[in-house]
Amino acid sequence: MPMDAITPHDELHDAEHKPGFIQRWFFSTNHKDIGTLYLIAAILMGLVGTFLSGLIRLELAQPGIGPLTHFVLWGVEDATLDQKIEAAKNFYNVVISYHGLIMIFFMVMPALIGGFGNWFVPLMIGAPDMAFPRMNNISFWLMPFSFALAVISMVVPGGPAGNGFAGGWVMYPPLSTSGHPGPAFDLLILSLHIAGISSILGAINFIVTILNMRAPGMTIHKMPLFVWAMLITAFLLVLSLPVLAGALTMLLTDRNFGTTFFDPAGGGDPIMFQHLFWFFGHPEVYIMILPGFGIISHIVSTFSKKPVFGYLAMAYAMASIGFIGFIVWAHHMYTVGMNVDVKAYFVAATMIIAVPTGIKIFSWIATMWGGSIEFKVPMLWAIGFIFLFTVGGVTGVVLANAGLDVALHDTYYVVAHFHYVLSLGAVFTLFAGWYYWYEKMFGIKYNGFLAGIQFWLMFIGANVIFFPQHFLGLNGMPRRYIDYPDAFATWNLVSSIGYAIVLVSLFFFFAVLIESMIRRRKADNVDGVGNPWGPYATTLEWTLPSPPPFHQFNELPRVK
Amino acid sequence: MRWIAVALLSLLSMPAMADQPVDGALGFQPAATQIAERIHSFHSILLVIITLIVILVMALLLYVILRHNEKANPVPSKFSHNTTIEIAWTLAPVIILMFVAFFSFRELYYQDVFPDVDEVEVVNIKAQGNQWNWTYTYTDVIVDDYPMEFVSNPIHRGFEGEPDGTFEAPRNLAVDLPLVVPVDTVVRVQTAASDVIHSFAVPAFGVKVDAVPGRLNELWFRVEETGTYFGQCSELCGKDHAFMPIEIHVVSQSDYEAWLERAQGSVLDAREFLASLSEGAQPVQLASAQ
Repeated sequence: MPMDAITPHDELHDAEHKPGFIQRWFFSTNHKDIGTLYLIAAILMGLVGTFLSGLIRLELAQPGIGPLTHFVLWGVEDATLDQKIEAAKNFYNVVISYHGLIMIFFMVMPALIGGFGNWFVPLMIGAPDMAFPRMNNISFWLMPFSFALAVISMVVPGGPAGNGFAGGWVMYPPLSTSGHPGPAFDLLILSLHIAGISSILGAINFIVTILNMRAPGMTIHKMPLFVWAMLITAFLLVLSLPVLAGALTMLLTDRNFGTTFFDPAGGGDPIMFQHLFWFFGHPEVYIMILPGFGIISHIVSTFSKKPVFGYLAMAYAMASIGFIGFIVWAHHMYTVGMNVDVKAYFVAATMIIAVPTGIKIFSWIATMWGGSIEFKVPMLWAIGFIFLFTVGGVTGVVLANAGLDVALHDTYYVVAHFHYVLSLGAVFTLFAGWYYWYEKMFGIKYNGFLAGIQFWLMFIGANVIFFPQHFLGLNGMPRRYIDYPDAFATWNLVSSIGYAIVLVSLFFFFAVLIESMIRRRKADNVDGVGNPWGPYATTLEWTLPSPPPFHQFNELPRVK
Repeated sequence: MRWIAVALLSLLSMPAMADQPVDGALGFQPAATQIAERIHSFHSILLVIITLIVILVMALLLYVILRHNEKANPVPSKFSHNTTIEIAWTLAPVIILMFVAFFSFRELYYQDVFPDVDEVEVVNIKAQGNQWNWTYTYTDVIVDDYPMEFVSNPIHRGFEGEPDGTFEAPRNLAVDLPLVVPVDTVVRVQTAASDVIHSFAVPAFGVKVDAVPGRLNELWFRVEETGTYFGQCSELCGKDHAFMPIEIHVVSQSDYEAWLERAQGSVLDAREFLASLSEGAQPVQLASAQ
């Protein structure tokens, strides 16, 4: 980089020179602005996903089909109740499908990877920006269009039973081919293709940035763990998303151009889609949790006032989780009729993941051990995460056993398991990162008391939602049911009450946000360094002011 | 720690009251086959292990929260490595997992491999999933050159004015023409589908196999007690996914033969015969009905 061409005067001037509003927010090539855009988008799209989960819990609060009948057949004046019930059955399946897709593709991934990744990968490695700033811009701007296509697809004809795609986020054919002849699923395929392109471009950007733009002296083995996590996540994205894109393209041609990849009538096989889908789908769950692992490591170390325990083991544990994540996909398919020896292999491979995951959990605790822990808001989320991820992790070990999974597959036990690792895992890391970096990103302080209330309400509420679902699953309640036998009523009601608690906690989330924006308490900057967390926040973003200058590290930092 | 394990185990092995879901239940439906029995005991072992792991993590977290906080320990230590403990917490899970895998493979091969019995004694049934009911074919029972088959439709579809659920005919579980199989006999169910993927699942039997268009999947069970058992479709299959239950009546060999004889003439006639059988069922089960 031709640094010598810039005089010190220009450097100071350029660092704070911001373009006009349109130029800055719509044509942005600045990693921090793009990160902020991603975070705003993720919050807005997350609200849509949360609204959909609210519809689910509202409908399931009591046996019978009731609340959802008020959300269907608007404008049809003479619709009978039975017609509305029929429409509600379809609508429920639409709701669960889009809840999953939106939360995964439009909330967790944009927030963790697009938001925090964009913001902090360059800052943590001492780089001025991402390697391909304009590609970064298109990565972001593909996403709103992808989301728009997904939302439009909810209201155009899907299957014979009504609007929208109602085949679950896994999109298994033939339900997604002959079962949904309308244009809704074609729009959704397009949406996911675009979201996939956006993610692949972003991932390429991260890989190139991390491999080439680290500050002098920052070897691979000195990279902060969040950067490690993002590097591994980016590789998972680049390797897995093309497989999804291929599978979706085959669905598209099966639907529209007479191919029979997944149609047995033409020599195809519906199960082939499931293999392709889960070859993407299983790495995808690690894509959602690995960045969070990185965030938690930094938070635990900062607030325990100790360096991360077993840094290298932590990094390579993530790498091995990423690798093993590619060879366990068929544990989502134990009941499709696979050969017993194949199942045995996937049991063994899946259980191995528990080993590096255990290393992570124990190393976080060892980081706290002997520390001088400060229970600031980010640390609350981090400790909550460690505990709840353990609960979700051990039920994963239960489900890994094909011989036992046969009793639990496609029941609420599975729903409980993956919400413990995602809704109480990935989402907790999101909030942890949000409150860890809020002051750094926006240059204002939040009210820790209100944020603490949000944590406790969400901790309680999310457990009340999902813990009883283990019982429902063990007792045999299948997933994706709009109505259930009366015997499942009690725990479903409890679960729905939990949702109400989480809703209140989200109210506090926005209260914290709005309060901090109104009061605008400026972040403390001492000698141009904004670091509210003290000397144990050691990564490079804490050597910059809060918020960081528009362009940073014009003179590259040296890492010893 | 031992009392916790005992308490948890007793929670999960509540006395057998019914062979359908129970309100507020914490564990499995009572097992009616060896497969389910073995799944449950394997799960009990696992539950103890995972509970201990969660308690260990929780205890460690509580310990550091209480002892290594700002007030209790103002000066943090600086260590960041300890090879011995790192090796320990890598090897310990490996050993636990190998222990689990031993049981896991045993159960997997037990339930997945068709038992070594005389084929003459096996009852063969084909269960075809349709949107949204099941077609049951008794492939060994030939009536007028075709195997005997009938369609099993649900009684409830979520509409207004449907009959309330009873213990004998629970809402969303009961069907008009249940599947009937003899007790203490190996039953082979082959699953197929006519439109989209469905899944044939009966929790009390510990079985679940997808019904996939273009494939013939297989499961087996041998039920040890007569009674009525319920299952539900377990793969999203469209609008009425929640309304294609599976009801299986397990009857004595002689009742099965009598039913089969009537069913070959008229399935409705056979249903009445079946109803007359359940009238003689023990009233103990009725007592737990709501």
